[in-house]
Amino acid sequence: MNEAKAIRLTINGRDRDVGALPNETLLETLRGLAHFEVKSGCEKGDCGACAVLVDGQAVDSCLTLTWTVEGAAVTTVSGLGTVDAPHPLQKAFIDRGAAQCGYCTPGLIIAAQSMLDNDTRDPSEDDMRAALSGNLCRCTGYTKVFDAVGEAARIMREGGESS
Amino acid sequence: MYAEFDLHVPEDLDGALAVLAESDGQGAIMPLAGGTNMIVDLRARNVAPSALVSIGKVPGMRGIEIAGGRVRMGGRTTVSDMLRSAELGAVAPSLVESARLFAGQMVRNTATVAGNICSGSPAADLVPPLLVLDAEVTLTSRSGSRTLALADFFHGYKQMEHRPDELLTEVSWPVPLESAANLFYKLARRKGDAITVVGVAVAMGVEAGKCRGVRIALGSVAPIVKRAIAAEKMLEGAALTPESIDAASRTAVEEVHPLDDVRASAGYRSHCVHVLTRRLLTRAWERLAGGGGQA
Repeated sequence: MNEAKAIRLTINGRDRDVGALPNETLLETLRGLAHFEVKSGCEKGDCGACAVLVDGQAVDSCLTLTWTVEGAAVTTVSGLGTVDAPHPLQKAFIDRGAAQCGYCTPGLIIAAQSMLDNDTRDPSEDDMRAALSGNLCRCTGYTKVFDAVGEAARIMREGGESS
Repeated sequence: MYAEFDLHVPEDLDGALAVLAESDGQGAIMPLAGGTNMIVDLRARNVAPSALVSIGKVPGMRGIEIAGGRVRMGGRTTVSDMLRSAELGAVAPSLVESARLFAGQMVRNTATVAGNICSGSPAADLVPPLLVLDAEVTLTSRSGSRTLALADFFHGYKQMEHRPDELLTEVSWPVPLESAANLFYKLARRKGDAITVVGVAVAMGVEAGKCRGVRIALGSVAPIVKRAIAAEKMLEGAALTPESIDAASRTAVEEVHPLDDVRASAGYRSHCVHVLTRRLLTRAWERLAGGGGQA
């Protein structure tokens, strides 16, 4: 009882077998694997800094027990794009100055991607506000974030890529 | 480690019920649905189960089905599932509205209807709409299942009807008449990611110019989400007027027991129960009576 077991996860496209304890959160597992792009913030589902995609939907990894997502595809912000080949959301966040300290940025990008994949590819400002309502930014605000998400959505629609 | 517990992740309902049946009471083994309340409660040491039973991989407990005049929703249906349903808006507009205003996206993608109900919180946002829809809940254990009115499920603050070996497997309600009004309003400090200060749901039909099947449910103003039964009785079978709506809304205030907390004072909550109940009743009656309610 209460012992670690091997859990199979596909993290950013790569199959991994990780040892996890029953009370271990996906946040702890990912950071234990050096996925430091997944941030630990409030650890109670308020701030969204730890958001990752699990089978395509954004979830707070701090509220997700690793054992319960065995077999799932987990995507962190690093799985969306790289420095050399950024995802349109990542590029738009840079171009529009939508990051300041950057701590909330991975979660914001994951939440935006989840909205574009699951809810709407052509979001209104209300859609964006609803989709990003679980992500807190304490530096600057959200105006440039909405600009960036709107621009990325437009580029993704015109480019026809869902990435 | 924030808490020590064992975890079961059964692949079917029988497996989940078998583990829960070993529970020797006092929440020693607890079900885990979306976890958006449970993990927070574990960290805060509000609960200390020896084991959790995840229902995340139990098939057949997620989805919305409308057939035979009833809406049936599996217990594991998420708040986002409700928002993405093409049919739910027509049979539960108040529930969809509360889902829209529920926490943030990541929590909506994870939190379930069963979890929201079984959290027992007076601020559980799905509960006022479900109460005015006359929802029933189905509790399932190894010894069978039983269905009861959601209104009879809550006994007191975090005191509920279900036994430790039971899972809340389904929520269902009758398809409301197309003509019926069904509204929800959430008063909170922000529009997103906020805990409700006062939640009000109203349902109402009309028959020969008289108000029928009126329901009022109030969240965050008593130890449980509460129907305002006395207020409903004042309006049932009557042609409503601004005076009768105001009188009923004042009665609703007498039926709740709000607390002072970090979000609002008890006095402010009482005031808002009056104002918001009156506002929703007025809006519902105007819609039904087409202006005949002295709009």
